[in-house]
Amino acid sequence: MKARVFVTLKNGVLDPQGKAIGHALNGLGFGAVGEVRQGKVIDLELSETNEAKARAALNDMCEKLLANTVIEKYEIELKA
Amino acid sequence: MKSAVIVFPASNCDRDAAVALEQMTGRKPHMVWHQECDLPDVDLVVLPGGFSYGDYLRSGAMAGQSAVMRAVKAHAKKGGAVLGICNGFQVLTESHLLPGALMRNAGLKFVCRPVTMAVEETQNVFTRKYLHGQQVTFPVAHGDGNYFADEETLNRLEGEGRVVFRYAPGQNPNGSSRDIAGILSEKRNVLGLMPHPERVVDPLLGGTDGRGLFESLIETLS
Repeated sequence: MKARVFVTLKNGVLDPQGKAIGHALNGLGFGAVGEVRQGKVIDLELSETNEAKARAALNDMCEKLLANTVIEKYEIELKA
Repeated sequence: MKSAVIVFPASNCDRDAAVALEQMTGRKPHMVWHQECDLPDVDLVVLPGGFSYGDYLRSGAMAGQSAVMRAVKAHAKKGGAVLGICNGFQVLTESHLLPGALMRNAGLKFVCRPVTMAVEETQNVFTRKYLHGQQVTFPVAHGDGNYFADEETLNRLEGEGRVVFRYAPGQNPNGSSRDIAGILSEKRNVLGLMPHPERVVDPLLGGTDGRGLFESLIETLS
């Protein structure tokens, strides 16, 4: 089973990199760009075939390592 | 005082810490590789500055999960002193020995210069030789030193007298919440700070403001 984990900063946490990207896009003439938030995508391959078990394991991975839950939130996407 | 310096792959201030410890205590510290599961019998463990594991994922995230950190946590749980400097502070937050997180500097730039701070707490093993409110200047050298915690945690840190070092007005180099430069654990035996006290123990290297921290530890732990 394959999984994709999205790790992004929590709402309200300042994202200076996102801000800089937004400024750069504005500078390139993309004036319609408002707030930009940057995050991470992590692709994983799992030997687990049971979806519920895979999801539980991924949650655990996010809590323990993949995300720092003081500042980040995560979303898990499973693909068969 | 017996001490150990933990060495992670890509630690780069481990030697600075060792030189400062030897100069101040007269004893060579143990250098402990990150794969070790046990610590030697020591009074102080230092987590040095650097870029452990290349700052992969987040600064300090990988080091926080390393084998030696289980031993460091056990040492802290028994009340042993732990000092995390720069990357060491990041490792301490990632391993939950200290609350909060260290984010990318608000100005997005790596900042490398001396900064002036106030010593706001002296009732602990790390800063008892300083005067309350004393201004000290240590160098900083970091890209991820922007201390963040939720309001409740910040209020608790302030209320419990755990903000030990605070950047002087106008000196905050990284956007840290409430100008926080260094904090203590609840039991006051773990200190994490971004600036480098080990780089200011010898006048030849530009200052001696960091000596008080080592003198405090020596007085308490010897």
